Amino acid sequence: MGSAVTTDIDRREVVAGAAAGLAAAALPAPAGAQAGGPLPPALPVSLTVNGEARRLVLDARVTLLDALREHLHLTGTKKGCDHGHCGACTVLVNGTRINACLSLAVMHEGDAVTTVEGLGRPGDLHPMQAAFLDHDAFQCGYCTPGQICSAVAMLDEIGRGVPSHATGDLTAPMVLGAGELRERMSGNICRCGAYSNIADAVAAVAGSTP
Amino acid sequence: MRPFSYERAESPAGAAAAVASRPGARFIAGGTNLLDLMKFQIETPTHLVDIRHLPLRAIEDTPDGGLRIGALVTNTELASHPRVKRDYGVVSRAIVAGATGQLRNKATTAGNILQRNRCPYFYETNLPCNKRAPGSGCSALGGVTRSLAVIGTSPHCIAQNPGDLAVALRVLDAGVETVGPDGSRRAIPVADFHRLPGDAPEIEVPLAPGELVTAVTLPKPLGGSHHYHKVRDRASYAFALVSVAAVLQRDGTGRVAFGGVAPRPWRVEAAEALLPRGPAAVVAAAFEGATPTADNAFKIPLAARTLALVSEEGRA
Repeated sequence: MGSAVTTDIDRREVVAGAAAGLAAAALPAPAGAQAGGPLPPALPVSLTVNGEARRLVLDARVTLLDALREHLHLTGTKKGCDHGHCGACTVLVNGTRINACLSLAVMHEGDAVTTVEGLGRPGDLHPMQAAFLDHDAFQCGYCTPGQICSAVAMLDEIGRGVPSHATGDLTAPMVLGAGELRERMSGNICRCGAYSNIADAVAAVAGSTP
Repeated sequence: MRPFSYERAESPAGAAAAVASRPGARFIAGGTNLLDLMKFQIETPTHLVDIRHLPLRAIEDTPDGGLRIGALVTNTELASHPRVKRDYGVVSRAIVAGATGQLRNKATTAGNILQRNRCPYFYETNLPCNKRAPGSGCSALGGVTRSLAVIGTSPHCIAQNPGDLAVALRVLDAGVETVGPDGSRRAIPVADFHRLPGDAPEIEVPLAPGELVTAVTLPKPLGGSHHYHKVRDRASYAFALVSVAAVLQRDGTGRVAFGGVAPRPWRVEAAEALLPRGPAAVVAAAFEGATPTADNAFKIPLAARTLALVSEEGRA
C-alpha cells in the first residue's frame, strides 16, 4: 500500500502545480480528434523478414512492430510499452538491434529483419535460445524474445568494438564482464525479475563469467 | 498517431525544400524521439520527409585536423569510431551514458542534438505547456520540478535540455552545418545552437523552416583527459540529474560543461578558467544567478561534487 499512497501524492502535486495556468490554457485538441479529409494513401514496402522476401501495403503510421505482428502474423516479437522503454519489441535490422515499436515499417524498404522466429526453430534452436532454456532465464516469458534478440546482437557489438557506459579503456579490446553484460542489456526490462538467470544464459553463450 | 503523408528525400537540399514548402512537414531519420512524441500526439506532423537514405553517414577527417560527422551517423557508429574513441573520448563517453543499445543503434547525430525536452508537463497533454502549446502557460512552475533546470530558465519555461552528446559537443566547441531550402549552407557554433527559452520557449534551435542539419564538426583534438560523468536516479537508461563533461589538462586547466541543469548545455568559460582553484570555485561561478526551486536546489551542490569526482579522475 505504501507505494500506492506515494503515487497518489505525486499525482496531486503534479496537478496542483498546473492549476494556476489551467483556466487560461489553450489546451490541445482531445487526443481522439482527427483532422477531416481522406487518409493519405497506403504505401508499398518490400523487405526481407527471416530470410523471406515480403511485400506489404501499409498506412504510413504502421510501426515495424505492428507490421510484424498484425500484418505478417509473426507474434514472437512482443509489444510491451510501445515507447522504446522496455525492449520487448527488440528485433535485428540488417544485423543490429533496434526497438521495432519506434520505427515506421515504410522506412524499412530493402532491409533484412530477423525476429526471434528467424533465429532458430524448435529442434534447431539458436545457441542463445537454447541457453535461455538451459538456465531457466524467464518466468512469464513475455520479455524473452526481446531479451534473446538483444543478447545476440549485443555479443556482436562487443566483437565490433562498440563501447558501453561500463567500458573502462575505450581503446582496449572489449571484454564482457558482469558489469558490461548488465549495462549492455539495460534496454530490456524483465518484470518477473529473471535477471540473474538471463545474465547466466547470456554469459554461457559468450563464454564469460556473469 | 495522427495520419500523415510520407516521402523519401532524394537530396539534402531537396529534403529541405520539401519540408519548407509544406506547413506541418517534418524530417524523420532515426525517429526514436519523433515517433514517441507522435504516439502521444505531442508532435502532429501532417507530412514526413524521410532523410534516412541521404548520403550524410560519413565520418571524415577535416583539413584542420578535426572531424566532420554526417548528420545521419548513428549514436553507436559515432561512439565506436576509432578516432572518436582515441581523440574525442568525451563524445564516446557521453553517448554511451545515454539511452540503450537499441536506441543508440537507431538515433542519429543530428537527431540527438535536436531531441525535445523531457519535462513531465511537456508530455502531459491535458496540462498547459508553453513549448507544446505556446502561450498556454507553464505547468512546471509550482509543480514537480526535481528534474528541471536551475539556471537559464524564464518565467515561461524551466525545462532542461536532456541531452548528453550536446554537452560533450559544447565542451569541444563543435559546429553544426546546415543546408537551406535554396541550397545555401551555413555553420552554427554549437554554443549558439540551443536557445534559452526567454519568451518563446517553443523555439529551441535557430533553424529556419526546412533548414536541415547535414553535419557536426569537431575542431582538432584538445589532448588531455576526457570525462563524462552522469548522475541519475538509476544506474542505466535514465536522464541526467546532473552531468559533467570535461577535458582536463595536466597543468590543472581544462574545459567543463554541465548537463541536466539548464535549457542548454551549460558552459561558462570564465568559470572553467577557475579550474586550478578547485571544483567549488568553478561551480560557484558557473551557477551564479541560478534560480533553483526547493525541489531541484540539490543540483548545484551535486554539480560541485560531480566535478570534484571528475577532477579526481583527471589526476589519477
